[in-house]
Amino acid sequence: MTISKDKIKIEGLTGDSAIAHALRQANLDVLAAYPITPQTIIVEDYQRFAADGEINAAVIPVESEHSAMSACVGASAVGGRVATASASAGLALMWEILYVAASMRMPIVFTVANRALSGPINIHNDHSDGMGMRDSGFIQLYCQSCQEAYDTTLMAFRLAEHHDILLPVMVGIDGFILSHNVERVEMLPDDEVEKFVGVRAPVDPLDPNNPLTMGPLALTDYYFEFKEQQDRAINRVPKVYKEVEAEFEKITGRKYGQFETYKTEDADIIIIAMSTMGGTAKVVADVLREKGEKVGVIRLKMFRPFPAEGIAKAVGNAKAVAIFEKAMSFGAAAHPLAMEVRTALYESKERPMILDFVVGLGGRDVPPTTFVEGIEKTKEYLKAGKAPKYETLGVRK
Amino acid sequence: MSEKFNEIPMAGNIVEPGNAEKYKTGGWRAEKPIHNPEACLWIKNGTCGRCWIFCPDMSVILTEKNGKYSYEFNYEYCKGCGICAAECPTQSIHMEKE
Amino acid sequence: MSMDFAKGITAFRWHGRGGQGVVTSNQMLGKAALAEGNYIQAFPEFGPERTGAPVRAFLRISKEPIQVYAQVYIPDVVVCIDPTLLEVLNPAEGLKTEGTLVLNTESDPKDIRDRFGFKGGKVVTVDASTIAMEVMGRPFYNMPTMAAAVSATGVVEIDTVIGEVLNRYPGKVGDLNKVAIERAVKEAQIG
Repeated sequence: MTISKDKIKIEGLTGDSAIAHALRQANLDVLAAYPITPQTIIVEDYQRFAADGEINAAVIPVESEHSAMSACVGASAVGGRVATASASAGLALMWEILYVAASMRMPIVFTVANRALSGPINIHNDHSDGMGMRDSGFIQLYCQSCQEAYDTTLMAFRLAEHHDILLPVMVGIDGFILSHNVERVEMLPDDEVEKFVGVRAPVDPLDPNNPLTMGPLALTDYYFEFKEQQDRAINRVPKVYKEVEAEFEKITGRKYGQFETYKTEDADIIIIAMSTMGGTAKVVADVLREKGEKVGVIRLKMFRPFPAEGIAKAVGNAKAVAIFEKAMSFGAAAHPLAMEVRTALYESKERPMILDFVVGLGGRDVPPTTFVEGIEKTKEYLKAGKAPKYETLGVRK
Repeated sequence: MSEKFNEIPMAGNIVEPGNAEKYKTGGWRAEKPIHNPEACLWIKNGTCGRCWIFCPDMSVILTEKNGKYSYEFNYEYCKGCGICAAECPTQSIHMEKE
Repeated sequence: MSMDFAKGITAFRWHGRGGQGVVTSNQMLGKAALAEGNYIQAFPEFGPERTGAPVRAFLRISKEPIQVYAQVYIPDVVVCIDPTLLEVLNPAEGLKTEGTLVLNTESDPKDIRDRFGFKGGKVVTVDASTIAMEVMGRPFYNMPTMAAAVSATGVVEIDTVIGEVLNRYPGKVGDLNKVAIERAVKEAQIG
């Protein structure tokens, strides 16, 4: 049953603060983190909860992000509920341990305020950091709003710690655009969250009374079998995610899916975008539809595992798919999101024209007019019957 | 080594503690250490023990019973690295071909 | 054909300098609107916060969930809390014809209209600097300027804003801000 309205606390919270509250309510055992803009408020707020005695978690102020993720792996190995937060260069410094966390099957929740990578040094939003770690074995969930950031963080623990999964989860919010944006957030009562997230039931934790070895050497003889296990685990995510979300929907009335479709059924052109860009795209679709243009939107939430079949189905018979993405894979055949979408649509009977627009790098604003520009170009390309493999929009050239 | 992915523990975890014991490395040896008790300080008065400290495979076994000191190698695990012979201050250990 | 991407949204753009409380007053007004049952977005123009550097902040208020995530280019209301900024920028830039311009200045609305060529909507002036110095003894211009914006636009009740301020700054600071807010509402000139 949905929790009654009088028990829900409505607050104006930034994306970072919303996540900090979710972490507070999730009853962590350990949070180990190193501050970096624009993730900072998550850890600051969480430290304040700790200092005020609102939580019992051990907060470990480590000396680097490499150590942050390492401490998380250690704490998770003994069976704790563990979280951390980072962005950009900090996330890059974690890189080695990201793979360790995933391959050791540590259900760590990793909240990220997505930010550009150096250089030049830039503190603003794009998805270079998230896309950089896309092959690390983490589950990746990208959020559109502060409410979704709160909700997703709570669900992430259930997903990560599920015994069919046991993988770390990255929860991404757009740096500054969401991390520093005060929105209306409905917070659940502590006891309801406690009921929902439960207590982690670890599988074979480190325990002096039952010794075991974790993270040993596995060479040509066994390594590949462990990768097989890991691959199968991440492919079980959609099913478990659906179950977790159904439970969450029961108490909140909210659900997001692996991706959200908006007016796609009869659309000629479908925009695919992630995070806050997905929101802007929906507003653009509304306005263009008033002018008689059949535009729809797929707002992708789960980038890993990538819901290829679902996306292909949702695209249906659209004439064109216009991808708007905030990362570049320099020299690649297509940029990260387009690469996934192109692959997903390869088996389709009527393959649509696929446009790949790279936008918003280094925090360059992506206003509705940028989407309109992309749609105008898409129409031209449809008419001409050919299109460039990708294109940058909103850059001086 | 013929197990499939679903027949082995998750993530490479070794769930049986101390199972390295099952893996006998004595067969790796090209040369074996031989102990000569005449000048050995352990046999003389229970001091020294450098060979025991430095052995990477815990294959030097020093025992004491009623004031009597005895010395042996565990050839099931000794890989014949020769560190004991190199470290011995009284040249009481030498290496011989297997 | 013009396209409206902000249906049902009242959008604010704030100008000020780092350290003057642009971000805070923007958030506080946003939270007041939230308390009255609205959806909001309150965010600064992101950058390293440097004291004295020009800073902008944006606020969207709507009865419906807000899904557009971008800076505000065509505001309904522009609020400038630092009079010296009027030397270096045109606060009326992008402002809707029927929009409201709210300035902390010693000038009156007619002077401002002449100076910036803003013919439409409303111009609201308030000498927030003097009010802040006389009431609080410190250059906290943001609250009295916000008060003028609130009373001129009616976007929220002034009492809701005062409630938010007292909530955030309990005690003397809040009480003095309340006095400054009430005085600004009285002294604001609309023309």
